[in-house]
Amino acid sequence: MNSAVAADDVMAPRYAGVSLRAWRAIGLAALLAGAVALPFLVSNYRVFQFNLVLIYAIVLLGLNILTGYNGQISLGHGAFYAIGAYAAAILMDQFGWPYWTTLPVAGLVCFVFGFLFGLPALRLRGHYLALATFALAVAMPQILKYKHIEQWTGGVQGIVIVKPEAPFGLKITADQWLYLFTLAILVLMFALGWNLLRGRVGRALVAIRDHPVAAEAMGVHGALYKTLAFGVSALYAGVAGALGAIVVQFVAPDSFTAGLSINFLIGIVIGGVASISGAFYGALFIQFVPNFADQISKAAPWAIYGVFLLAFVYLMPAGVAGFVRLAWMRMRAARHRPVTHPHREK
Amino acid sequence: MEAFLHQVFSGLATGGIYASLALALVMIYQSTNHINFAQGEMAMFSTYLAWSMINGGMPYWWAFLLTVLVSFVVGAAIERIIIRPVEDAPVLSVVTVFIALLVIFNSVAGWIFTYTIKTFPSPFPEQPLFGNRYISSHELGSIAVTLLVLVALYLFFRFTPLGLAMRAAAQNPLSSRLAGIRVGSMLALGWGLAAAVGAVAGLLVAPIVYLEPNMMAGVLLYAFAAALVGGIDNPFGAVLGGFMVGVLENLIGAYVIGTELKLTVALVLIVGVLLFKPSGMFGKVFVSRV
Repeated sequence: MNSAVAADDVMAPRYAGVSLRAWRAIGLAALLAGAVALPFLVSNYRVFQFNLVLIYAIVLLGLNILTGYNGQISLGHGAFYAIGAYAAAILMDQFGWPYWTTLPVAGLVCFVFGFLFGLPALRLRGHYLALATFALAVAMPQILKYKHIEQWTGGVQGIVIVKPEAPFGLKITADQWLYLFTLAILVLMFALGWNLLRGRVGRALVAIRDHPVAAEAMGVHGALYKTLAFGVSALYAGVAGALGAIVVQFVAPDSFTAGLSINFLIGIVIGGVASISGAFYGALFIQFVPNFADQISKAAPWAIYGVFLLAFVYLMPAGVAGFVRLAWMRMRAARHRPVTHPHREK
Repeated sequence: MEAFLHQVFSGLATGGIYASLALALVMIYQSTNHINFAQGEMAMFSTYLAWSMINGGMPYWWAFLLTVLVSFVVGAAIERIIIRPVEDAPVLSVVTVFIALLVIFNSVAGWIFTYTIKTFPSPFPEQPLFGNRYISSHELGSIAVTLLVLVALYLFFRFTPLGLAMRAAAQNPLSSRLAGIRVGSMLALGWGLAAAVGAVAGLLVAPIVYLEPNMMAGVLLYAFAAALVGGIDNPFGAVLGGFMVGVLENLIGAYVIGTELKLTVALVLIVGVLLFKPSGMFGKVFVSRV
């Protein structure tokens, strides 16, 4: 496959006189324009839902950096999301910070927590790491209810936050403003993530995932990259958690059960492990599929989740993103057929 | 002193339940190196089966027996149909399949039996046995049943040809296959046994924690901790670990931090053991060659 990609680069295929790279940029711009226009086209409730999709996409990108690219399985990202949400809520509620200033703090707090949890995680592989992070996810609601931190966390009741209004006298609703705000943060986080993953760091992460010993032999500092991956991944979850708290206007221990962490795992498996665009497919899935299924029964969404998960593992292990990529490559191969590829004939 | 003894004994009783579930985890881990995240939910589902049988008017012990049998068959079927295709897949796929099983069992139980909390009968008399003051008869009964299961399993693995074949298949699948053992069937059998043992744990714990679809989350976490403390590839270690963790949980809950952080204790135990002694008390230390 590598040789095919190289050959394509040399040939630099052009569609309608425009290079592939330019097409990609045009596509991204169109997507972004669509995303900006969206809140003005649908009802306020839908705006709120799409806002959550953007937030989930940020978490899923973070989880994918850790699990997809670095191969460290986390079943506990709901816990970091919770820490981010509580950090934002406490700062706004107790200290009166403006909502947007809480994001960097939430991210930083989660980075530190993630980095610290990454240290013991260094010694754990595969199933064991999944187990330790799963324990973190299960224990999180109890920790949040703990009576000695109740004065900040509000115990079982949680914290209610006031929804911020649009600034600068803009004539849009609070939901629309928050959506655009989240979109801006998302673009920033994705640009950062993309930059991180396409270069040296990204290659080091993948090398550690695929062959830790060889990676070390090549001079990749395994322990450092793995703990950093944990920290960065938790940072994404923390920023998303803070945004989530602001958008939902409420945090409580029971919103952050193990189910939330499982949701995130489902998101990356369905969206596509080790892919950036997969975060969006996964986020759309975990936001909208339960809504459709909820009408059947309270338990139905989860049953459908489970069946989808099994189906994806067996039939589409690369997720929706992998399916899209495959379809795209097939399409290109079909177009190229008249120009025979010698290396494909073998 | 009396309160202390009471705590120790009830810790031993819950410890027995953790031990059973830990044993189920170890049985699957030994043969496949997989940690079954769905073990608790499978046990919960078995308990619901027993509940509907008992509610349908079946005597307790008949329901008990039938549930264990059905769990065995369902466990073996899950291995053959769902686990077999991902046997050699990357860890993430395997973990995902276990998580899928977990949510399916949980939601189907909620769907069929609703999320309302139900009481589950104990087969043991209300009055404490032998006029003692420290331990209720359900607690004593749980310990007895756990020990009985253990002895039965030990005899099975130690003295029957089938048990020997299962141990061989777990230890060295390739040589076993060459010696004529059907390794695939042995794995399915192991899953069946694990599910059956898990069902016993579910039936014993249900009178204490009450029956509801999420009842096993905490128990599973403690069973994980127990298996790790004892050494996840050693059945006896897992059982001993179960009893120790049960007592520890009760004592820490009663005297140090209170009951509200019990799950955190399990988290700290799991991370602590994995950090400082990943092989547990009796587990084998694995050294990988580079």
